[in-house]
Amino acid sequence: MRAEYGKLMMWFFLISDALTFSGFLTAYGFMRFKFEQSWPVAEAVFTHFPGVEGDQPLLYVALMTFILIMSSVTMVLAVNAGHEKKQGAVAWWMLATIIGGAIFLGSQAWEWYHFIQGDKGAIELADTRILKVADADGHVLSFSQMVHGEAGHASNHEEEFNQSDVFAAFKANPNWKLIEPGKAGAVYEHAEAMALLGQGAEIVQGANMHRNEYGHKLFANFFFFITGFHGFHVFSGVVFNFILFYNVLLGTYERRGHYGMVEKIGLYWHFVDLVWVFVFTFFYLV
Amino acid sequence: MGEHAHPTGTAWIWKIFWLLLAITAVEVALGIVKPEFLLVQFAGTSLLNLIFIGLTLVKAAYIVMYFMHLKFEETFLQWTIYLPVLILIPYLTFILIAEGAQIYAA
Repeated sequence: MRAEYGKLMMWFFLISDALTFSGFLTAYGFMRFKFEQSWPVAEAVFTHFPGVEGDQPLLYVALMTFILIMSSVTMVLAVNAGHEKKQGAVAWWMLATIIGGAIFLGSQAWEWYHFIQGDKGAIELADTRILKVADADGHVLSFSQMVHGEAGHASNHEEEFNQSDVFAAFKANPNWKLIEPGKAGAVYEHAEAMALLGQGAEIVQGANMHRNEYGHKLFANFFFFITGFHGFHVFSGVVFNFILFYNVLLGTYERRGHYGMVEKIGLYWHFVDLVWVFVFTFFYLV
Repeated sequence: MGEHAHPTGTAWIWKIFWLLLAITAVEVALGIVKPEFLLVQFAGTSLLNLIFIGLTLVKAAYIVMYFMHLKFEETFLQWTIYLPVLILIPYLTFILIAEGAQIYAA
């Protein structure tokens, strides 16, 4: 078969990498299925958009998806220009691809920051279950809204709350209840909720590997692991793209007579976009 | 067999771009609105989730076939890449969903 050795090997690497990511995503689905009641609904977790107050589900991650698709397009344009041996055009499109990748990485850092910092806060029971505080209509309340009342924000905005203030506010409002974050999670009316709190409970703000305010602790672990592993791929891709860009400027591929290397790294870069398409669906949409 | 005709120019690239963008926009709109009539249970999940998965596979197919040029490679190379992925990933998904249903029921 007439396929170039390097290209074939890149494809084989991508097949194995695709299987690795499938392993992660199916494991995520498996655990989510098992802990359905305490598994957070993604739209309730990723609600921030830079400079906008209030809940904006999906918009930010949609923007990140757009940026990555765009940088995939500039990569195809670079490969295309390489076939036509246009050194200047390859350089410009490579530069655009590097910038797209860098913006994506920055966006991901921003999202991690807000995920770790926390949004509304939650209460962890003695049996490690995470419960959200909701008003009579079932709207989830932030600690800020609980403690500051009308002056509070829908997000805690990095304010650290005192456990006793949060519990006192809950006790003083008999129509508030505790709800499990999952799709079919349990609902505890006020009297029942007070009994649960009496058995020992703590407030949780933000997320780490041990616990998170959004729901089951595995949710945060999978979030860090899958988006982190994908982000590492993007970072590696940006480094490869930079090396390519540098060599295009030096005229390495002009002297070699072909831009095959741009094509091979291009395959890797599209694969990173491809994986994100699946992460977007299974982490944020489904 | 043999190498398939490769499109020239850049118009085809932008066509794929608009297509991917449109599919993503539809996904995001459905994800925000979550129309009531699509939330009916079907094949173990909601119809909406199946639509999301279907649209994702369409996006993936366009990226692999056009952006990654696989449609224009040798037929033999195409199947060398398609077969392991198309056999192993559905198999992995199937066994984990089956096992997950068992564990959830237990």
